[in-house]
Amino acid sequence: MNRFAELLDRLSYEPGRNNKLRLITGYFREVEDPDRGYALAALTGALSFKHAKPGLIRDLIAARTDPVLFALSYDYVGDLSETVALMWPKSVIDREHDGHDDQRHHNNPPPPTLTEVVTTLRTLGKTELPKQLTRWLDELDETGRWALLKLVTGAMRIGISARLAKTAAAELGGKDPHDIELMWPGLSPPYLDLFAWLEGRAEKPVNLDPTPFRPVMLAHAIENTDFANLDAADFIAEWKWDGIRVQAVSGRDERGNMQVRLYSRSGEDITRSFPDLLPSLHLPGAIDGELLVVRDGRVQTFNVLQQRLNRKVVSQKLMKDYPIHLRAYDLLGEGDSDLRMLPFEERRARLEAFVTKLDDARIDLSPTIPFDSWDALTAARRNPAGAGAGEDAEAVEGVMLKRRDALYLPGRPKGQWWKWKRDPHIIDAVLMYAQRGHGKRSSYYSDYTFGVWTTVENGEQLVPVGKAYFGFTDEELLQIDRFVRRNTTEKFGPVRHVVHEPDQGLVLEVAFEGLARSPRHKSGVAMRFPRINRLRWDKPPREADRLETLERMLKTDAIIQA
Amino acid sequence: MRPQDILMPVSAGLCCKPGGFHIDPVRPVERAVITHGHSDHARSGHGAVLATRETLDMMRLRYGDHFAGTTQAIAYGEQVRLGDVRIKFHPAGHVLGSAQIAVSCKDTCIVASGDYKDAPDPTCAPFEVVPCDVFITEATFGLPVFRHGNAEDEIRKLLASVALFPERAHLVGAYSLGKAQRVIALLREAGYDAPIYLHGAMEKITGYYESRGVALGELRLIKGMKKADLAGTITLAPPSATSDIWTRRFPDPVTAFASGWMRVRARARQRGVELPLVISDHADWDGLTATIDATGAGEVWVTHGQEDALVHWCTAKGLAARPLDLVGYGEEDEGDATAAGEDAEA
Repeated sequence: MNRFAELLDRLSYEPGRNNKLRLITGYFREVEDPDRGYALAALTGALSFKHAKPGLIRDLIAARTDPVLFALSYDYVGDLSETVALMWPKSVIDREHDGHDDQRHHNNPPPPTLTEVVTTLRTLGKTELPKQLTRWLDELDETGRWALLKLVTGAMRIGISARLAKTAAAELGGKDPHDIELMWPGLSPPYLDLFAWLEGRAEKPVNLDPTPFRPVMLAHAIENTDFANLDAADFIAEWKWDGIRVQAVSGRDERGNMQVRLYSRSGEDITRSFPDLLPSLHLPGAIDGELLVVRDGRVQTFNVLQQRLNRKVVSQKLMKDYPIHLRAYDLLGEGDSDLRMLPFEERRARLEAFVTKLDDARIDLSPTIPFDSWDALTAARRNPAGAGAGEDAEAVEGVMLKRRDALYLPGRPKGQWWKWKRDPHIIDAVLMYAQRGHGKRSSYYSDYTFGVWTTVENGEQLVPVGKAYFGFTDEELLQIDRFVRRNTTEKFGPVRHVVHEPDQGLVLEVAFEGLARSPRHKSGVAMRFPRINRLRWDKPPREADRLETLERMLKTDAIIQA
Repeated sequence: MRPQDILMPVSAGLCCKPGGFHIDPVRPVERAVITHGHSDHARSGHGAVLATRETLDMMRLRYGDHFAGTTQAIAYGEQVRLGDVRIKFHPAGHVLGSAQIAVSCKDTCIVASGDYKDAPDPTCAPFEVVPCDVFITEATFGLPVFRHGNAEDEIRKLLASVALFPERAHLVGAYSLGKAQRVIALLREAGYDAPIYLHGAMEKITGYYESRGVALGELRLIKGMKKADLAGTITLAPPSATSDIWTRRFPDPVTAFASGWMRVRARARQRGVELPLVISDHADWDGLTATIDATGAGEVWVTHGQEDALVHWCTAKGLAARPLDLVGYGEEDEGDATAAGEDAEA
């Protein structure tokens, strides 16, 4: 457990993806079965046991420490698990009387392994939990206690995606992470067969799962210069829907029962969040499509869809108010056949037949856009409403181009699929505050808060409307960094206030995808996907945009949603 | 005689009226008795200074030859009489030359411990418990969440990281006086014998440690080094430099920070530290409480740091305890305030 804790500890501070991978792969290399398997399960969220409540942890520490010292410490540290992990007093337990009579009686017992913790938690009754936790807390060191408490309270939050953990495992054996994705639903902790294969000691595990995830195919962003080399006749175009990419998989298990699973594009199982969609997926097959909220036959914007995301409990009301819908654009499998090695045009034909057979109002086809030249498609992209998207145009975020002969290949194969997003919204905003970045950027002021003008009682004032930390080139980053250092008016820890007066300051051209009303922001608006598009050294801050401009954009959005 | 008639806090610091001196005064006084060389304790401009030879040397390094009117060096275990009191210096284990000062008047003994730690440190004399009636303790880490553990384990963590990321540079933030030399010495004890690189601000003081017989192995200045040549190396730098433009000369640096504050995750994250190393030159909670016990003092005065928790602990044990409201200390180590010269590009 201490070694696993050490890994979590390191990961929690490491900002770089590749470095995280190295740390995890290093751990898998160093640690033996079955511990590393349970670690993989913990990192991928594949462990299941009943979580301990914070109240229980509080009771444990209260029984051991002075309440005043605990209160002062908690106040200082600010995190319950961490406070308890740090101040847990080294054991004065009386093992004579707790009935656990074994050889380690008078010696310090060895700390529990991760395997011991995980397997014990699975079967432990609720009443036995406090005593067991106490014993473990006595046996572990500070970092070990911290990791244990994070694990048992279900609050790991260390910024690792399941995908990253699987990629790290793949690197152990120099394998393709897609292979692991493919077999993953058929595997279970502690993944002995997986590690045996990765270390070349056994054959590749076979996935017997009736509803496996298939690694998704992704598109490249198209540039204006790309079109010259592409022939419009080779492509099929569709709208790019502003929802969430999902894979909806149905299949029969050994007993012949229909199983249905929904996966995110990274392979996370999100089935439980959308129970209302499952009955519609009543034929064996694997659909690649977009999850959308559709009300009265009209696709709602991403802002509306967001209400259904990351919910712990999916209530009847939520399902009624935000009816979920699947817009299908590809068919990866049907019955027992794998369709991925068919050209897209053929898959599309199979998909059309499949959706017709499903005959369900919650699932429809993503329509294709008729076009005979790039000019025609350019016109359609500029005006989706007039080119077939009709009233759903507001949920269109551009156009997808797929080669008629494209096989379904995992990852981002070159030249097969292209995305051609609609032009982003652009505003000119004024840099107000800058914060140092992390990792490679820790010596640069690379996180920027920007604002636009608004009228207040005593005149004009800038109000912050967003934060951006990418979009600029390395050269531009150097320029902004220099500007920030030379024009700081105040410092608050890692944050610098940068001069922002009508005639002094830096105007940033900010691009963003959408706007939502937000009571949490002082300005009342929140931007989606903001980034720095250009530096406007030529523009005095006085001429930057005003909050009214954003509010007008918001009204257009609101009218469309109503 | 009541203890507060022997030593009392005034705005200049801890004042001993019957002895006619101040301990670690924060503004110029006629006669100063100084515990150790950190800049918040050892300031310039006093009429006369009494301190260990090392402390005096460090003051001279920092402030120049005329940092005080007159100076007098005193060794550990040596006793001198000042006015109506006797004072004696004992090792504090904090940094090279650091001392606790025992002040005795008639039959009352007060020990002003300055900053101290009871953990082993290859670069200075070990802390000595001095039995006394009143013990004046620091409380930098005066909360039970601060347990520093073994510094050796933290060094192992650093070396494991260097092994895992051989193409990156490891940049260890450490206070220039004491912490840096201790980290280097610990690295050597752990068997690391490659050259260790130094930020220019550490050169003088590190050279001084070596001149006092602290072996630190091969040290090199970072100045003039090529970026590619710093892959796989360890560099020590003042904490403020590790998030500065200065770091851009290193290949994809791993930012480490050796400090007792690194025990608390939010503190480490706030500073953008990727590899926190819990290595402190101050006593941790267990060290503070064990030391108070060991001195046998019936009364405890608590200063600079988390006074409340330690006063509460003493009171619960039946000891008379109170916070000493001294200002101006505790900023030397592990905080952001470093002497201006240390921030300079070097």
